Amino acid sequence: MDAGFPVVKLDNVRKQYGSFVAVHQADFSIGRGEFFAMLGPSGCGKTTTLKMIAGFEQPTAGRVFLEGEDVSQVPPHKRNVNTVFQQYALFPHMSVFDNVAFGPRSKKINEAEVKTRVNEMLEVVRLGDFAARRPAQLSGGQQQRVALARALVNYPSALLLDEPLAALDLKLREAMQIELKRIQREVGITFVFVTHDQGEALTMSDRIAVMSEGLVEQVGAPVDIYARPETLFVAGFIGSANLLPGTVMSSDGAGTRVQLLDGTQVVVAAGNSAPNASLSQGNQVTVMLRPEQVVLESEGSMKVFITDTVFQGSSVRVVGRTANDTEVTAIVPAGSNHKAPSAGESVFMQWHASAPYLLEGWPETAGSTNTNVDSIEATL
Amino acid sequence: MVLLAVGVVALAAEWVTGGLATGLIAVLIVSVVAIIWIAIMGGLEARRALAPYGLLKPGILWLSLFFLAPLWSMFEMSLSSKKSRFDFFPKFTWDWSNYTKALTDYAPQFGRSFLYASIATILTLLIGYPLAYAIAFRGGKYRTMLLGLVAVPFFTSYLIRTLAWQNLLADAGPVVSIMKTLRLENILEWLHIMDNGRLINTPAAVIGGLTYNFLPFMILPIYVSLEKIDVRLVDASMDLYTTASGAFRRVVLPLSMPGIFAGSLLVFIPAAGDFVNAKFLGSPETTMIGSSIQDQFLVQLNYPLAAAMSFVLMAVITVSVLIYARFMGTEDLA
Repeated sequence: MDAGFPVVKLDNVRKQYGSFVAVHQADFSIGRGEFFAMLGPSGCGKTTTLKMIAGFEQPTAGRVFLEGEDVSQVPPHKRNVNTVFQQYALFPHMSVFDNVAFGPRSKKINEAEVKTRVNEMLEVVRLGDFAARRPAQLSGGQQQRVALARALVNYPSALLLDEPLAALDLKLREAMQIELKRIQREVGITFVFVTHDQGEALTMSDRIAVMSEGLVEQVGAPVDIYARPETLFVAGFIGSANLLPGTVMSSDGAGTRVQLLDGTQVVVAAGNSAPNASLSQGNQVTVMLRPEQVVLESEGSMKVFITDTVFQGSSVRVVGRTANDTEVTAIVPAGSNHKAPSAGESVFMQWHASAPYLLEGWPETAGSTNTNVDSIEATL
Repeated sequence: MVLLAVGVVALAAEWVTGGLATGLIAVLIVSVVAIIWIAIMGGLEARRALAPYGLLKPGILWLSLFFLAPLWSMFEMSLSSKKSRFDFFPKFTWDWSNYTKALTDYAPQFGRSFLYASIATILTLLIGYPLAYAIAFRGGKYRTMLLGLVAVPFFTSYLIRTLAWQNLLADAGPVVSIMKTLRLENILEWLHIMDNGRLINTPAAVIGGLTYNFLPFMILPIYVSLEKIDVRLVDASMDLYTTASGAFRRVVLPLSMPGIFAGSLLVFIPAAGDFVNAKFLGSPETTMIGSSIQDQFLVQLNYPLAAAMSFVLMAVITVSVLIYARFMGTEDLA
């Protein structure tokens, strides 16, 4: 982050529609040149937050700062941010060139300068040869890049992207992820990116704000959010995790001993817990074990009955049930010394002493959360 | 298909008569039956190939019989001459004098029709566009109902609506008395809307009637073109530093041009040829070409002149529409 002020700063922003609270409290800053993602399931308030930064919505309470200036009540056309809309919202009656030139022309920049800037930006998005085409004559990926160029040509303080890849098919989406990163490096503009796809957020962002039901659950780097989630929601939403509820038995300098519901006792290393987790005796906590941290052995303390194995190419995903019928998942790398057990067998779960991580409270549903494991593995 | 159309026109326009005509009818029937026969007996390929022609057939037959054939006989009539005023069977003689007479004697009526129709078109646009805009963007769940209300006048006959206007604008009618109570006569006189304290039988009344009667034809196509516009385009243009009015001028208006174009045609063309409004709401000084044609056809029984006048009207409208289309550049709009 630069010295001076952050590019975007949300100061206790709240948005309410009648009695419905879309955003309870958003309070974070986005630094210069950062690739920042707002991640959460639909209805979590991420798009509303983006609209408040763009100016299409005004906060009910709190303030929005751009480049240190309070813009909470400033209309969109007077804010130096630009948006890439979800379905791109390209002007169908204009050529690609005129679409990109729309912003500079609104600012009454002289036509020669407009021409240079537009052509330059079309080169950046690799659409130099398409200037004369109409949006309808372009593919989805090309339209996406026109939308990018149309926003970036104005050199905004921040570029806001509302689910920009949602309309593309998988292959194209992956290519565009790389393309977006390249463009962002090239222009050095702050990108604020809204997505519900955690794989996408982890792949692309420098930092992520994970949101749920109008609340910002955690803001941090992808690695931190994955390894050190602060809430049960984050632990379950990002990647897949085994969330095992239990009770604190004792805690000292070496670690915390937790008794899980199936009777197994787990020692969680000191410091391996969420900041808000209370370690006092008798407190209800959850132990998180990522599937790739679990090893299946023929002996140990935590007995698991295997119900299913799924071959995934580089690994085998093993699903089982604990003594108290909680579902757990383990990832066994293919070709490792550990042969994956088959369904119907009983094995024991083990892990490295540094693996267990402690979270406050009990989850709504105990056991493994199933999100797309492959995209996480590709990232981390 | 073209041959079929020519055949029907030939019959209807009496190019062929007697035994030849009977032969032609036989040929036409045989060809139609043959196409149907091939379609039934032929395989899927043949049916697929013939399907478009089959679908065209009813339309072509209908138009040949009731549009092309009468058009041809009208054209023939416009070049015919009468031996005397009471000769009711004019002879086709390539008599172009009907056209010179139509152009010279009726120049004022042609001019007036164009002027009135143009003003009515502009007025319907000025009234209809905001209305269509409001229904399309602010109508919400009442959209369908509001559109229905736009079409409600069609439940009453055109003639009756115009007669109702006659009552409204009459010297003893409500509009005149309200205007007098509000002391607006002087302004209205100054605007040439009122003439010596009268609203009826003025050009303004004729134009008002045209505007009223053709307004829905402007609203509906504009509504259709506005309704298709993605409102996020307005958001996008605001995001790109335009004000609300700039967004309208640069995005919404250009995208609704096809609707404006269609609406203008639907209002201008019938308004230019209209004879009802001029007859009921106008005076001899406001006669439009439509009423002159009607007069020549039905009162004077001068068919050749009336036919020539109709053809001039048709030609002038076609040319002006083509110029308008070029000016609007509609082929450029998706």
